[in-house]
Amino acid sequence: MWGAVRPYTGRLVLAAVAGTAAEVCGLGLVAAAAWLIARAAQQPTMAALSLAIVAVRGFALGKGGLRYVERLAGHDVALRALAELRGRVFDALAASPASSGTGRERAGERTGGRAGGRLRDGEALTRLVADVEAVQDLLLRCLLPTVAAAVCAAAGVAVTAWASPRAALVVAAGVLAAGLVLPLVAVARGGRAAARAAAARQVLAVRGLDVVEGAADLAMFGATGRFVAAADAAAADLERAERSMARLTGAVTAAGVVVQGMTALAAAWAAIGAGGDQVRVAVAALTALVAVEAVLPVAAAAQRLREVWPSYRRVTDLVAAPPAPSPARPRPVPPGPLAVELLGVSVVHPDSTAALRRVDLRIERGRRVAIVGASGAGKSTLLAAAAGHLAPTSGTVRLADHPLDAYAPAGLRAAVRGLTQDAHVFAGTLRANLLLARPDATDAQLATAARRARLTEVVQALPEGWDTMVGAGGVGLSGGQRQRLLLARALLSDPPVLLLDEPVEALDVACADEVVTDLLSAPGGGTLLLVTHRLAALRHADEVVVMDGGQIVQRGHHDELCARPGPYRDLWEAELLTA
Amino acid sequence: MRGVERRLLAAVPRRVLVVLGGLAAAQAVLVVVQAELLVRAVAGLVVWPLPWLAGAVAGRAVLGWVAARVAGDAAALVKRGLREALVARPLCEQDGGQPGGRSGGARVTLLTRGLDSLDAYLAGYVPQLVTVVVVPVVVWGRLVVADWPSALVVAVTVPLVPVFGALVGMRTAALTGRQWGLLERLGGHFRDVVAGLGTLRAYGRTEHQSQVVRRLAGEHRRATVAALRVAFLSSLVLELVCALSVALVAVPVGLRLLNGSMALATGLLVLVLTPEVYLPLRALGMRFHASAEGVAAARAAFGVLDSPTPSPVPLFVPPSVPATGQVRVADRAPEIVVEDVTVRYPGRERAALHRVSLRIAPGERVAVAGPSGAGKSTLLLVVAGLVAPSAGRVLVDGVELDTGDAQQVAAWRARLGWVPQHPHLFAASVADNIALGAPGADPRRVRRAARAAVAEEFIAALPEGYDTVLGEGGAGLSAGQRQRVAVARAWLTDAPVMLWDEPTARLDLGSERALVEAAGRLLAGRTALLVAHRPALLGVADRVVRLRQGRVHSGEGVAA
Repeated sequence: MWGAVRPYTGRLVLAAVAGTAAEVCGLGLVAAAAWLIARAAQQPTMAALSLAIVAVRGFALGKGGLRYVERLAGHDVALRALAELRGRVFDALAASPASSGTGRERAGERTGGRAGGRLRDGEALTRLVADVEAVQDLLLRCLLPTVAAAVCAAAGVAVTAWASPRAALVVAAGVLAAGLVLPLVAVARGGRAAARAAAARQVLAVRGLDVVEGAADLAMFGATGRFVAAADAAAADLERAERSMARLTGAVTAAGVVVQGMTALAAAWAAIGAGGDQVRVAVAALTALVAVEAVLPVAAAAQRLREVWPSYRRVTDLVAAPPAPSPARPRPVPPGPLAVELLGVSVVHPDSTAALRRVDLRIERGRRVAIVGASGAGKSTLLAAAAGHLAPTSGTVRLADHPLDAYAPAGLRAAVRGLTQDAHVFAGTLRANLLLARPDATDAQLATAARRARLTEVVQALPEGWDTMVGAGGVGLSGGQRQRLLLARALLSDPPVLLLDEPVEALDVACADEVVTDLLSAPGGGTLLLVTHRLAALRHADEVVVMDGGQIVQRGHHDELCARPGPYRDLWEAELLTA
Repeated sequence: MRGVERRLLAAVPRRVLVVLGGLAAAQAVLVVVQAELLVRAVAGLVVWPLPWLAGAVAGRAVLGWVAARVAGDAAALVKRGLREALVARPLCEQDGGQPGGRSGGARVTLLTRGLDSLDAYLAGYVPQLVTVVVVPVVVWGRLVVADWPSALVVAVTVPLVPVFGALVGMRTAALTGRQWGLLERLGGHFRDVVAGLGTLRAYGRTEHQSQVVRRLAGEHRRATVAALRVAFLSSLVLELVCALSVALVAVPVGLRLLNGSMALATGLLVLVLTPEVYLPLRALGMRFHASAEGVAAARAAFGVLDSPTPSPVPLFVPPSVPATGQVRVADRAPEIVVEDVTVRYPGRERAALHRVSLRIAPGERVAVAGPSGAGKSTLLLVVAGLVAPSAGRVLVDGVELDTGDAQQVAAWRARLGWVPQHPHLFAASVADNIALGAPGADPRRVRRAARAAVAEEFIAALPEGYDTVLGEGGAGLSAGQRQRVAVARAWLTDAPVMLWDEPTARLDLGSERALVEAAGRLLAGRTALLVAHRPALLGVADRVVRLRQGRVHSGEGVAA
């Protein structure tokens, strides 16, 4: 994290100096004004006051101007650090082993209506982005205000020391109480209150989700009232936790007022006791007020630091994580279609559910194989393991008769790829999204890929054609359009081993069958592994692999599998039922 | 914008505003008293006012604490009211999903973090608004008495604060509005590439993007700083107006002290009190900017609350209707007649169901088959009273089902066993999930229901068996397991009518066999309407009705 700030140390110092100077100007304004008025009452010559008059005006102007400079410079340096940090986080993610959640297909996540996995991934992403953003608050709302407060407090003590050394001691004590003790107490107590509120918020989120997403089930079973009441109770709990947080905030503010007032009066008392004149007493009392006021924001900065700290830790850990290991002398990936082989491959998820159980499968070079089976059968996991996105818990995956880790990661990724479950449409034009797969593709190659994926008609129907802008994640495209775009991109990349995970499930049935027929029977191209739920076109596949419960339960040609009783024939009859 | 704020203000109890006003006035008085006492001590070089000053300070602190508490409590109350209203509201288009779609995530975010950002408005801006109305007036009143020329300067310059604030604010809004799109696009890039990291990696574009991330973040910074340069002008102007006003007051006061035409006590009092007039105004500007996010959340919440309910059917049984499903004696299986039913979903061209008629005799089990989009699930929803037909009617034992009549619908649903395609499992124990329709049911009955649904084995394998608490939305169970819990749920109600939508997602072979087996037992002796996606389920039906494009295609069930 600090590595991202270091290049901009100069700017950070500028912001800190400007912020500090602004605070000190505020202090100077009050001190000079108090001096001016008290001294004027002693009726000296006009000349004796002229400097103070200039100082009052100068401090007034300087405070506003410097504050402006500080805010701009502060945001500038925070955003510079943010830009660098984003780059570093991206690099760290790109270099981390095994991409996040690729091809994780778990029963219940995709079919259980509520896609738990998808939501969690989205949340993890949102959290990561928020974490990186939050780190800039370390500079803007924690570091800079604290530095300015500390210097201004010191200046306040110095000014009162001129008026009365005893008053200066009082101010120093007040500043420490408001700037050190108060923030520590606030953070300790606030942490507990915030934890309670966070827990209550979590309960409300879960219960609220049950009520809004389970509305139909609740209505059907006459249980709506009960669950709404439970959610309301959670809202009431949260309300109580929030009240106690508000109470704490109020108490901190009130304590600040007490410390400020008491410091000022004690400073006045000390100055009077030390036999100071009106000038010294006025300066001591009013400076004390401002000095304590300057450190009051430290409590908020400390509070914010406590909130941001977990984000800071997560980002730091991420950036510091070692990159994926790479073989010392990687083997070059041979050109052309390649054989893929899984030897006793098992994949067990951290929650100890097995996605693949000792799968043995060899696919000769150039073969086109369809993989079918129930949701959660392990089809996508098999693709992820074949691509090296997911390290098997046991067993070996081989490409062209060598284990995957014999190849350089980049070479392997270029050799085995395609349309996976986590395929992403980026914000930008359709063309840019397609060219991502092959930046040097010719128009003819682009047109061929688009034609095969049935993307051509989509492009032609759009007023801006290939230059149509789409939003991040494919916002603005229908499910079918998005899928055609992703398929065209995969086809354009034309790797030695092409993986296609449900490439046509969002298309209408007739169109889907045509596309799959073309994929399975068109000449050329690499080895093909196609995961699909639609069986009608699979007679064109060289082989069909049927999976169930993480294992391969049947293999063979479509006709042969249909001819004998078994899971594939059941699936086939089910498809005929809905034809 | 203004409308949202007015509604928020209206949601704060009037009493709270009055109390806050009173507290602000008392605080203003104490500010004056405090200044007065301090000035006397300094000017007279005496210590007697200082203990009184301590009292005034303590008083201010207490008043401030009470005010914060009152405002915080009011904020929590308003938020709770909004939360309860949002929870009770069915999902709708305002949630960013399709009506009836599963877009609860956005709603839940609004419900929790979204509404929490209202604090800045309710506990920050609103009390400050009250303070602005009260405090400057009281303090200025004291200034008038102390020294009217200074009060005049203040009276002339104070209005400049809101005037300049508004002028700069308008200019800022116009500028940032123009830049907003650019900022949004540049700021969203990082999220976009991180979300698409797998894709970038697969196509070997990560090195390239690493540079793009930094470059676009740099552009984002430049655009943001350009916008901020203008945005911060407003606070610069306010700060300068306040600081210069203080200087404008202080210097003449100094000169008048110099020629002896003013007492030191008065001069000091003016000096101490003048900033107190401007302070609340400046604070208001800051609070206003900080509350923007909360106001946006409130707008989203009001949007949801104002949107028309997606279907005219009461998805929710009002709490006044007693929860049904205590131990229920199985009543007679009824006859169900679907008569000429047409259903049109808003925004869809084709009717989901077109003049469908169907008679299900008492105790008869009818399966509905057909390609996806044929209207099978819609037919089930109509019979369940979850979707109101656009034309036609549903008769139960000759009585028309009126979806507008909550009592009747609730009574009808109490006779239904419901197994939807995507059952929602709740973040509760497995036993409670099964006993959804019969809370507090005897554990033995729950077990019997689970056994009938072929769910016993996997439930026993869960860490705490029937007491295992499921995750959010029932996370932790597979599709087949969820379906079996739903069957157990329907079984436990012992309802005379079963409505079953078979899951389209292909279950693993074990789950499928188990479900068909459970179906045979569940449906014995009951009237049933089954949506079948697989041949296996057809085996338990007495006859099959085929739907195609919303019409009855074939089947003996075509009624005249």
